Amino acid sequence: MFPELNNLLNTTPDRAEQGKLTLLCDAKTDGSFLVHHFLSFYLKANCKVCFVALIQSFSHYNIVGQKLVNIVELRGAVPSTWVTQGVSLTAARECGQLVFLEGLKSSVDVFFRAQAAPHPLQFLREADAGNLQPLYEFVREALKPVGDGQAAWRCPVLLVDDLSVLLSLGLGAVAVLDFVHYCRVAVCWERKGNIVALVHDSGDAEDEENDILLNGLSHQSHLILRAEGLATGFCRDVHGQLRVLWRTPSQPAAQRDRSLTYQYKIQDKSVSFFAKGMSPAVL
Amino acid sequence: MESVLALGGFVLLRDSVEWEGRSLLKALIKKSALCGEQVHILGCEVSEDEFREGFDSSINSRLIYHDLFRDPLNWSQTGEALPGGPLGALQAMCRRTHPGPVTIALDSLSWLLLHIPCTALCQALGALSRQHAHPGGGSPAEPVRVLGLFHEELHGPGPLGALSSLAQTEVTLSGTMGQASAHILSRRPRQRPAHQTQWFSILPDFSLDLQGGPPLESQPHADPHTAPVDPTAHVTFNLHLSKKEREAKDSLTLPFQFSSEKQQALLRAGPSQATSHIFYEPDAYDDLDQEDPDDDLDV
Repeated sequence: MFPELNNLLNTTPDRAEQGKLTLLCDAKTDGSFLVHHFLSFYLKANCKVCFVALIQSFSHYNIVGQKLVNIVELRGAVPSTWVTQGVSLTAARECGQLVFLEGLKSSVDVFFRAQAAPHPLQFLREADAGNLQPLYEFVREALKPVGDGQAAWRCPVLLVDDLSVLLSLGLGAVAVLDFVHYCRVAVCWERKGNIVALVHDSGDAEDEENDILLNGLSHQSHLILRAEGLATGFCRDVHGQLRVLWRTPSQPAAQRDRSLTYQYKIQDKSVSFFAKGMSPAVL
Repeated sequence: MESVLALGGFVLLRDSVEWEGRSLLKALIKKSALCGEQVHILGCEVSEDEFREGFDSSINSRLIYHDLFRDPLNWSQTGEALPGGPLGALQAMCRRTHPGPVTIALDSLSWLLLHIPCTALCQALGALSRQHAHPGGGSPAEPVRVLGLFHEELHGPGPLGALSSLAQTEVTLSGTMGQASAHILSRRPRQRPAHQTQWFSILPDFSLDLQGGPPLESQPHADPHTAPVDPTAHVTFNLHLSKKEREAKDSLTLPFQFSSEKQQALLRAGPSQATSHIFYEPDAYDDLDQEDPDDDLDV
């Protein structure tokens, strides 16, 4: 996770809010660094995470997660010791904290292996417009509260990377919105957990389905993080700008800042954020 | 804003991602409930707990929440879902027979439009408005008010135009500088549509606080997230002058500034002044005619 992004969002793993839907979107740039941030954020917050990864392989996320080191103080050690630690997805999966659906690998099983129960990605086999009920059942099962005798995790979190690819795979925007609706019921409302989902904004006026998906999710979100490429084009020192919009879908807006804009630069192991025009390279 | 509720009929509340309309919907519901009306809510987008949050118990007792949020498509197969799916739930609202003035809130029309055809929705809205106009038994028509929340960005001009033509009042939310405003378009029968812009804010208990005008230009307050950054802190060149440098700068005369000293110096040009020399090496093709070329001019 990126400590600077935590400062911007005024949150830490210890004080993570619950019952929220966070929408990540990117336009003209790659916003997957936000997915890596939230994955390691919630694993460090001791939450049970169900990660529906449709874009990259497990080892990709694992390697990036281990690279995102944070300098943390080793508590209780005298004298105080500072160590760097990333997050290991392998360890999290083995101890049951992480349930990982690797879309790239398991989609092949839909076609080449007979399944007893409907596969989460069953819609790939269906000729007509399908729905995502099997995937919803998979998520609900994965984030079911565990019985006694096992480690109790803080709150369940569903992370999806990403939802736009489901449109490319033949589903309609309404089917994807229904899936997110049911996940909100099961995860946010019933279990007071969080959902984080990435949607690409193609910016293309022709792609109505993606616009419906993006706007529909925006209306339901409590927090929208939008990574945009710079309007003037590629820059070596400023990779893009991040717009943060806090929403309260059913409460009157509080007096705090509702919207912030920052520019960022992605480095090898972290991302640095700065106010617009204040890049260290420019000053 | 009083005209929104006074007119009755179908009120279309148009909101956007940046200016959400659910709080205004709840504020209007609160006003209706305080007038003693019963309020039926078809909730599709938020849970009942979240919708009732912020209302006190007297208001909550008048609200009847038809929960289409928990299981709208009957995926759980537990029998708890409202029968008939979204369309059935909407038609069930039309068939209520409770007497007395009533307000029906649809949260939201956008969700319904994504799941049932636009024609069916418009027919249901027409039936809702007509229901109390011609009740059975010859009793006088009870005012019925339908409040519909509509997310503008999700739909094209077709559904928006259809719903807009059905609406007696259309409220479009926008705002500036953190202050929300509502553009109200009222259609009364046999009169011109009336436009009005109202600036407002909604208090935590969902009372409406109407403001007179747009917010005044105020000093941008210090952003608590960013410490004021001094851009001159880490530059690689010197932006400040020391005292000695400042004195030297002030005492310098500029080369083209014509002062009296300079004038005297120029007039006094004498042999003591160093004169400048010009060294000229003629090229092969240079014309070294010593005659004055202006001699043949008749001036």
